[in-house]
Amino acid sequence: MSARRTRKRLLSGVAVLMVAGLVSAGCGSRVGASGPGGSSASSCVDTSGNSVKIGFLNSLSGTMAISEKTVHDSLLLAADQINSSGGVLGKQLQVISEDGASEPTIFAEKAGKLISSDCVAAVFGGWTSASRKAMLPVFEGANSLLFYPVQYEGLEASPNIFYTGATTNQQIVPALEYLKQKGVKSLFLVGSDYVFPRTANKEIKAYANANGIDIKGEEYAPLGYTDFSTIVNKVKAAGANAVFNTLNGDSNVAFFKEYRNAGLTPAAMPVISVSIAEEEVSGIGLDNVLGQLTAWNYYQTINSPKNAAFVQAFKAKYGQNRVTSDPMEAAYTSLFLWKVMVERAKSFKTADVRKAADGVSFDAPEGTVTVNGANHHIAKTALIGKVGPDALIHTEWSSGAPIQPDPFLKNYDWAKSLTG
Amino acid sequence: MQALFSQLVAGLSLGSILLLAALGLALTFGQMGVINMAHGEFIMAGAYTAFVVQGVVADAGISLLLAIPLGFLVGGLMGLILEATLIRRMYHRPLDTLLVTWGVSLILQQAARDVFGAPNVDVRAPTWLSGSINIGITQVPAARLFILLLAAAAVVGLSLVLKATPLGRRIRGVVQNRDLAETVGISTRSTDRLTFFIGSGLAGIAGVALTLLGSTGPTLGTSYIVDAFLVVVAGGIGQIKGAVIAAFGLGLLQATFEYSTTASIAKVMVFVVIVVFLQIRPQGIFSVRTRSLA
Repeated sequence: MSARRTRKRLLSGVAVLMVAGLVSAGCGSRVGASGPGGSSASSCVDTSGNSVKIGFLNSLSGTMAISEKTVHDSLLLAADQINSSGGVLGKQLQVISEDGASEPTIFAEKAGKLISSDCVAAVFGGWTSASRKAMLPVFEGANSLLFYPVQYEGLEASPNIFYTGATTNQQIVPALEYLKQKGVKSLFLVGSDYVFPRTANKEIKAYANANGIDIKGEEYAPLGYTDFSTIVNKVKAAGANAVFNTLNGDSNVAFFKEYRNAGLTPAAMPVISVSIAEEEVSGIGLDNVLGQLTAWNYYQTINSPKNAAFVQAFKAKYGQNRVTSDPMEAAYTSLFLWKVMVERAKSFKTADVRKAADGVSFDAPEGTVTVNGANHHIAKTALIGKVGPDALIHTEWSSGAPIQPDPFLKNYDWAKSLTG
Repeated sequence: MQALFSQLVAGLSLGSILLLAALGLALTFGQMGVINMAHGEFIMAGAYTAFVVQGVVADAGISLLLAIPLGFLVGGLMGLILEATLIRRMYHRPLDTLLVTWGVSLILQQAARDVFGAPNVDVRAPTWLSGSINIGITQVPAARLFILLLAAAAVVGLSLVLKATPLGRRIRGVVQNRDLAETVGISTRSTDRLTFFIGSGLAGIAGVALTLLGSTGPTLGTSYIVDAFLVVVAGGIGQIKGAVIAAFGLGLLQATFEYSTTASIAKVMVFVVIVVFLQIRPQGIFSVRTRSLA
């Protein structure tokens, strides 16, 4: 082989590797086709014995495993607790766990498997919007139920999905109201470059426009981006009152380290984040996020007997150094909400459960939550928190009462332009 | 004016990070022709070394200084094992090496997840490296200045080894003409092993340095591996100075594009520049002229 050919082969090898990288990056946003659930609406759920199967579908491997493993842990805790107190309609829950492997197409495929070959009564899980969008046609086609536990960008209401995390008017809108109350006149938007931050920022800009808040800049970084010196330079030069952060995953670590190294402080220019929970604080490094703000509906520090019991049970099962976070609590709550729905319907059938859903409420660790039967979201209290020296998040401001879910922002005049 | 200097600093700093990540690869891919996809995981191993050392030595400053040589050793030893068990069976089969080392990289990522847990771990930066240093017109984050100096030290060190030591002479000899080198009595086996050890060790050092800027998690290496290959390919295979120029060139380009557009667009533009450049000069900035027939 000539030297020239060796070089060509080397270069083509590198090209192959880069294409592979691009393809796998592209997969994150691909919406999978409907899985093997097909369009048959007949269910094979077996409720004749003294147990009933349910499915947990979380990423236990791949890049999202960081977050989704914790949700899986808290779902297992909820199943244990329900089983030890007599199960649902007298039947013990038999959990079947599947790994979504951080790939939307695998989520769709495994959802189909859980529904049509395991015959589960309901599925709990999903994290990224891409995974939810991929699973949606599977659940609608098979007329089965998915309980989705993570805050998301709104603008969706499937009859086959119950959304137990916040929609925008329960997280982002209250965060903006809080900032406005605090006298913030200008904002800088930093987000990851995909559907959630782009949609969220559209809503933020519409709100800002109607409320006299000046948007000084808007920057997006590719998912997994690690060098924030230019973006932080831009933030510094723009000199806004606060930064609204919709970055996801590892990028947060690089962003906050750079932010602090550039001499920016929470006192001078606070960052309010919607994807950083208790679990992420230790990974980012407490020093880097101390005093920064977050917007969620649950914090481990919530002072209520119900939450104390949840936190204690979680630590007893998984270790004293573990923390509880909003998506974990929303997942834990989702299993109990399903239990109440089923017991009210006296049936595991999707149609009966759906009919019984409206007004179902549960005393969750975050407070009392109530299901809205019309849009399948739940009323939740919004909480703005601050990262404390104990690496936990402490409530700074609360909406006081649960906010009715409004996934299409129909009741907000400034949002008219968004939903058309 | 200040913005210009800030961006110049940002570009140089990004360049030094790319250089640190790519320097080891310039040796293993550039000099030996091994496409090692697990190079990123050696970077990750270096980062976790910094984490483990900090668990033993609480002082963030001392642990960082200790972690640099230890990271070199850990990365180097992992490279040595990979070379001895797999890669040495596949010299002259670059595409097979690519697939095998990619598999190794996935295994190493999952191993890190099993050992250290899926969430990121925190490596604290010493106080003397947090905050900024004023240099006249602009401020430079101390951590970035440290990485710039570390990258410079690594380049100087590597150049000295290659130019002034018997080992370096052997490495260069083997690169320029493997058969002739063997004929004059150089053990190419042990030279390959040592070259791979040094190259992988440099990845370990890069990993230790990167804990100052980003996250320390199982997928740390994947963020840098493609950029590292870009640097080596653009710089010209077989040349350290090519990698240096390419790394700083790409860093400055990225920073300039990113300032005038957005991070995503800048990445695309950098790719376009490299593709066009390689069309005009497929051998990269520098190329080694050899009389080798192989």
